[in-house]
Amino acid sequence: MTHLEADVLIIGAGGAGMYAAIEAVRRGAERVLLLDRSLIGRGGATVMAQMTVAAAVGAGDHWEHHLADTLTAARGLADPALAALLCEAGAACILEMDEWRVGWARSGDALAAVQAPGHDRARCVYVDFLNTGPAVSRTLRAQVQRVGPAIRRLGEVAVTDLVVQDGAVTGAVALHVASGEALTIAAPATIIATGGLTRLYARNSASANMSGDGYALALRAGATLVDMEFVQFFPFGHLAPRLIGMDPIMWDPFRYKLGGRLLNGAMEDFLDRWGGDAEQGRYSTTRDLATYAITKENEAGRGSPHGGAWLSFTHIPEAELRAAFGPVVDKLAANGIDLTRDCIEVSPIAHYHMGGVRVDPRMRTDVPGLLAAGEAVGGANGANRLSGNAITEALAYGRTAGREAALLAAKGPVRGFAAGLALELLRASGPAVNTAAMVARLQRVMSEDVGPFRTAAGLDRAAAAVAELQAELGLAPPGVPGQPHDLARLDWLDLRQMLLVAAAVIRAARAREESRGAHQREDFPEMREEWRVNQLLRGEGLALSRQAVPA
Amino acid sequence: MRAALLIQRGGAGEAPREERFELDFEPGESVLDGLRRLRVSADATLAFRYACLNANACKECMMLLDGRVIYACTARLEPREMRLAPLPNKVLLRDLATVIAPPDERL
Repeated sequence: MTHLEADVLIIGAGGAGMYAAIEAVRRGAERVLLLDRSLIGRGGATVMAQMTVAAAVGAGDHWEHHLADTLTAARGLADPALAALLCEAGAACILEMDEWRVGWARSGDALAAVQAPGHDRARCVYVDFLNTGPAVSRTLRAQVQRVGPAIRRLGEVAVTDLVVQDGAVTGAVALHVASGEALTIAAPATIIATGGLTRLYARNSASANMSGDGYALALRAGATLVDMEFVQFFPFGHLAPRLIGMDPIMWDPFRYKLGGRLLNGAMEDFLDRWGGDAEQGRYSTTRDLATYAITKENEAGRGSPHGGAWLSFTHIPEAELRAAFGPVVDKLAANGIDLTRDCIEVSPIAHYHMGGVRVDPRMRTDVPGLLAAGEAVGGANGANRLSGNAITEALAYGRTAGREAALLAAKGPVRGFAAGLALELLRASGPAVNTAAMVARLQRVMSEDVGPFRTAAGLDRAAAAVAELQAELGLAPPGVPGQPHDLARLDWLDLRQMLLVAAAVIRAARAREESRGAHQREDFPEMREEWRVNQLLRGEGLALSRQAVPA
Repeated sequence: MRAALLIQRGGAGEAPREERFELDFEPGESVLDGLRRLRVSADATLAFRYACLNANACKECMMLLDGRVIYACTARLEPREMRLAPLPNKVLLRDLATVIAPPDERL
């Protein structure tokens, strides 16, 4: 077995994790260990982000204006200090990324920016419309490499448990997926930068490795989760015909740029029927309202053939389509889609999680030695995240967590490290079970009953199904330890975390008897002032409490 | 439509064996769609690499289809026998998964 030691352990090498690594070294950490489930800079959500990045960097803009929009979108639940950090530090990170040559698009001397829904002005920068995430990922990866040997990068490592010693996190236990070997890692500061939980849902827009594992790691280590009921569904995920080699949320920037029309099964505009704006070719309806409108239109029997809505660009001249879509037109043609002639079908798709690990504005959790960063953090976006805030959040929180972790590491190495039961789990051998089928079952349950629209009956049904899956999972992963790239065993270890996280979402959603932002209860359709509270979950028993939204 | 995937199985140091899996598919689906479905319906131990979902962003799903290097997420299922094998010039992990991490990012 391999044992590693580091000053700062970072779990997850997306935007937050890579920025944290760079900042930790800048603040004096000498040994940073940057881990990822897949290859460094290739997995997670950052590389999949095809959209724009919100930051108050334009002339006349100020981060306080961005903050006002962020708080409005959050429907009263955001932690203003966390949201302010996102907006203020985020702008600085965007400018630093520019120095690192990410390649933000220019308009004259300034960065080009577009106005996304919910923003009071053009505030969203981009690289180009389908390349922003990959460019951010690539730039940070290059910067990490430039830092040199102070950052050790290690791919294909799935952290399965944190190690807690005398009430503090002192490192982690992990599976090296490529070899099947167990690893232990001691570090005085650990940052959870694992992203969100989109893999809990059958249709999702991120990578296959977003299993919510960071939330489960935090819970088991004694940290607190907040706002777990708020899963953001992206309204315009590609539904049909089958589109491969492209991100399912690729339509949005084009809709945005060209004014693509959203139509029901009868080819009628419908957003205004459900409280959205009559868009008139503009793109102005927020994500939660658009998701609501598409779902309700289907319930009324007016959906598109596969149960979504039509997205049409057919009113736009071919030359304009070609200019906007560029080489994407050819990729679409390879998928049999001609936008001058064909509409495509879209429907809501799991995209982002507002909830997550509760931290203070220095990214510290309730547990000494444990920090979090990026989407894994809850609180900044309340009940609904503003467009463009996810990458900004990843960068700003990564930088903040990296600095804090370096301060912690400067106090000296860990005092104790005993991997104990966590290591035994990786050495255990259980009966064969089809873990891939169980993941698919969980995804179905979550999609059917814990999507954007919820009822007490549906949530109770989901809770029972999760408990049943938990019982089937048993106490040990299938097969024998030490096998290279053993996906059946890896899925078991993932399911152990996913089932806990699914239960957390269901519990918080069941308790919140109102509708707000991304959490819509059909049995409690009104937003209620007395529910302007955050729900907290603690421990593997998911003890729930409520507290007033921080002022 | 129905495809037959002839998949090379086995780990490093084992004699490779070919297993045949038949599956139904909708026109337009990728080889990766098919492999992921086989893990659910037939054999959860079937090993291949991918991180993103059919977006061609992670570039991890390279393998051989009928002797040619492809991305499983952009190659389409076809109603015929399709032979899948791991990349020949990389160290084999298991089945279709090989070591592709940069050398300084390995354990």
